[in-house]
Amino acid sequence: MNILVCISNVPDTTSKINFTEDHKAFDVNGVQFIINPNDEFGLTRAIWFQQKNQATVTVVTVGDSSCEPILRKCLAIGANKAIRIDTSAKDGFYVATQLKSLCEKEKYDIIICGRESIDYNGGMVPGMLAQMLKLPFVTNCISMEVIDNVVNAKREIDGGIESISSSLPIIIGAQKGLVEESDLIIPNMRGIMQARQKPLDVIDPVSSSAKSSVEKFQKPQEKESVKLVASENIDELISLLHNEAKVI
Amino acid sequence: MSIIVYAESLNGKFKKSAFEVLSYGRALANKSKKSLVAISINADDPLKLSNYGPDKIISLKDPKLIDFTAQNYANVISEYSEKENISILILSSSADSKYIAPLISVQLEAGLATNVVSIPESLSPLVVKRSCFTNKAFNNTTLSGLINIICVSNNSFGVFENPSKPEIIDESIQSKINSCLKVNSIDKASGTVSIADADIVVSGGRGLKGPENWHLIEDLASVLGAATACSKPVSDMGWRPHSEHVGQTGKPVASNLYIAIGVSGAIQHLAGINSSKVKVVINNDPEAPFFKAADYGIIGDAFEVVPKLIEKLKAFKS
Ligand SMILES: Cc1cc2nc3c(=O)[nH]c(=O)nc-3n(C[C@H](O)[C@H](O)[C@H](O)COP(=O)(O)OP(=O)(O)OC[C@H]3O[C@@H](n4cnc5c(N)ncnc54)[C@H](O)[C@@H]3O)c2cc1C
Ligand SMILES: Nc1ncnc2c1ncn2[C@@H]1O[C@H](COP(=O)(O)O)[C@@H](O)[C@H]1O
Repeated sequence: MNILVCISNVPDTTSKINFTEDHKAFDVNGVQFIINPNDEFGLTRAIWFQQKNQATVTVVTVGDSSCEPILRKCLAIGANKAIRIDTSAKDGFYVATQLKSLCEKEKYDIIICGRESIDYNGGMVPGMLAQMLKLPFVTNCISMEVIDNVVNAKREIDGGIESISSSLPIIIGAQKGLVEESDLIIPNMRGIMQARQKPLDVIDPVSSSAKSSVEKFQKPQEKESVKLVASENIDELISLLHNEAKVI
Repeated sequence: MSIIVYAESLNGKFKKSAFEVLSYGRALANKSKKSLVAISINADDPLKLSNYGPDKIISLKDPKLIDFTAQNYANVISEYSEKENISILILSSSADSKYIAPLISVQLEAGLATNVVSIPESLSPLVVKRSCFTNKAFNNTTLSGLINIICVSNNSFGVFENPSKPEIIDESIQSKINSCLKVNSIDKASGTVSIADADIVVSGGRGLKGPENWHLIEDLASVLGAATACSKPVSDMGWRPHSEHVGQTGKPVASNLYIAIGVSGAIQHLAGINSSKVKVVINNDPEAPFFKAADYGIIGDAFEVVPKLIEKLKAFKS
C-alpha cells in the first residue's frame, strides 16, 4: 500500500500573528513553524498503516527550502520518504495542481490531507485535488479502516457522525479523532538520526496559474475592555445581555 | 449574467445560513446590478426564500439527493450554475458547503474564497475580506476566475428581509449516482442543538473539575436553548465528546452569544470563538486571559454563580 500525506508548514499555534509594515506578508520573525495539526493526525494514522499493513508513507509539501525542517520532522516521526515541490504556494488551486501532477506520476492508494490548514484556513486543497483526480473524498474524517481494499470511514457532520464506505484509492481530509492527541509520535533520537539518511527529493513544479491572490492582511480591531459584573448581581448581567447586547 | 445562491436545507427545512447567504446575495446583486437566483435541493417550502429577495428560485427535487453526498450535490449545483450563466456562486461556510465548494470550483474552473466576512470591497477586480490564521487576522483576497465562488462565514453578514416576487422553477431530476462513496448510516445526536447552527453556545472548561458537574452547563444551555461546547482538555480527558471541542484544532463557533465557564482563554481556544458576537466569561481567577477577550465577565466560583444564573434566567424567561 502506498500512502501520500500532504503537509502544510504553518506557524505554531501559540504564535502572535504579525504582518510586515506594508501589510502585504506574514511576518515570520521569531515564529516557529510546525506541521499543520490536522496533517499531523493524518501522518500518525499513515504510520499505523505502515506498521500494520507494511504501507510506504511519502510526505509531500509544496514550498521553498524553508519547509525542509518540517519534512525532516515527518521523516523522524516515521515517514519513509519526503518530496518537496520547489515553488511557493500561491493559492489552493495552484497547490492542488502541483499535487495532482505528482499523484498522476506515482500511484497512491490513500492520499491524506488535513481538513484545513491553520494559516490560510481555506479547506480547499484536498477537495480540489479529489475533483482533479476524480477520486472519492471524505473530509472531516475521524476514523478510517481498510480491509481488502474497502475503506470504512467516519466523518463528523454538523451535529452527528456519518459512516461511509468506498473503494481505494481515496482522498481524505484528516482531523482530530482520526488519531488522538496522545497518539501523536514525538520523534526520538534514533528517528532523528534515521531521518538524515532518508530521501528528501526536490522536484520542479509544473506550470499553473493561481486563481486568487492575497493583497493585504489586517489584524482584528482592538476590543473594548470587559464589563465586569459582581457575582452577587446576576440580574445586572441578564439585563445587559437583554437590553444592551440584545442576545437573550 | 447572474449570481446564484445555494440555500441549504436539512430534512426539508432551510438552515438559518440559507437566509443569510441569500441576504448577502441580494446585497451583492444590487451592488453589481445582476439578477439573483436561489437554488434549493429537496426543500419543503422553497417560497420561504422569497422573504430575502431572489429574482428566481430553482427548486430541485431529487429522491437520490435526500441524503447529502458531496459529489452529487456538487455536480447538480455546477450544472445549474452553468445553465444560468453565472459569474458568482455564493455558499455558506457550513461543513457541507465547505465540502462541496472546492469540488465545484474545479468543475467550473472558478476562483474560490472561504470564510468571507463581508460584502466584496470591490467588484472588478473581485476583492473579498476573509478571516485567516484561525480568526487571528483577516486578508483581502482577489479572485480572478471567470466564475468565482464565495463561502460566507456564518453569522458574519446577518439576515435581512427583502420580500420579492420570484419566478419559481420546479425541476424534478434523477441525478446519476456516479460516486463510489456510499453513506451507510448517519448518527445524529438527537434533541440537542448543534454548535454550528446555534445562536447561543455554553461552554465549559477544566474549571468545572469533572464530568459529574456538567449538569451546570447542560441546565444553563437548556434554559437558553443553547448548544453545549467544551475546551480541548475536557474532550481529551473524555469528560465530553470530541464533537464539543471548540478552538483552533476543534470546531469554530460563530454564535451570537458565547458563555465560557471555567475556561482560561488560551490563545488556541479563543481562536475558535473569535467570530462569536458577544462573549461572557465566568471564572474565579481575575487574571484569566479570557477576561481580555470577553465583553462581559463575572469573577466568581462557577459552582456558586451558575446555579444562580440558571435560576434567574428561568425567572426572566417566564
Ligand atoms: C497545538 C495546540 C492546539 C490546541 N488547540 C486547542 C483548541 O482547539 N481548543 C482549546 O480549548 N484548547 C486548545 N489547546 C489547549 C490550550 O492551550 C489550553 O490548554 C486549553 O484551552 C485550556 O483548557 P481550559 O481552559 O479548560 O483549562 P485550564 O487552562 O486549566 O483553565 C481552567 C480555568 O478554570 C478556572 N477555574 C477553576 N476553578 C474554577 C471555579 N470553581 N469556578 C470558575 N472558574 C474556575 C481557572 O481559573 C482557569 O482559568 C491547544 C493546545 C495546543 C498546544
Ligand atoms: N503547500 C502545501 N503543500 C502540501 N500540502 C498542502 C499545502 N497547503 C495545503 N496542503 C494540504 O491541504 C490541506 C488543507 O489546506 P488548505 O486548503 O490551505 O486549508 C492541508 O491540511 C494540507 O494537507
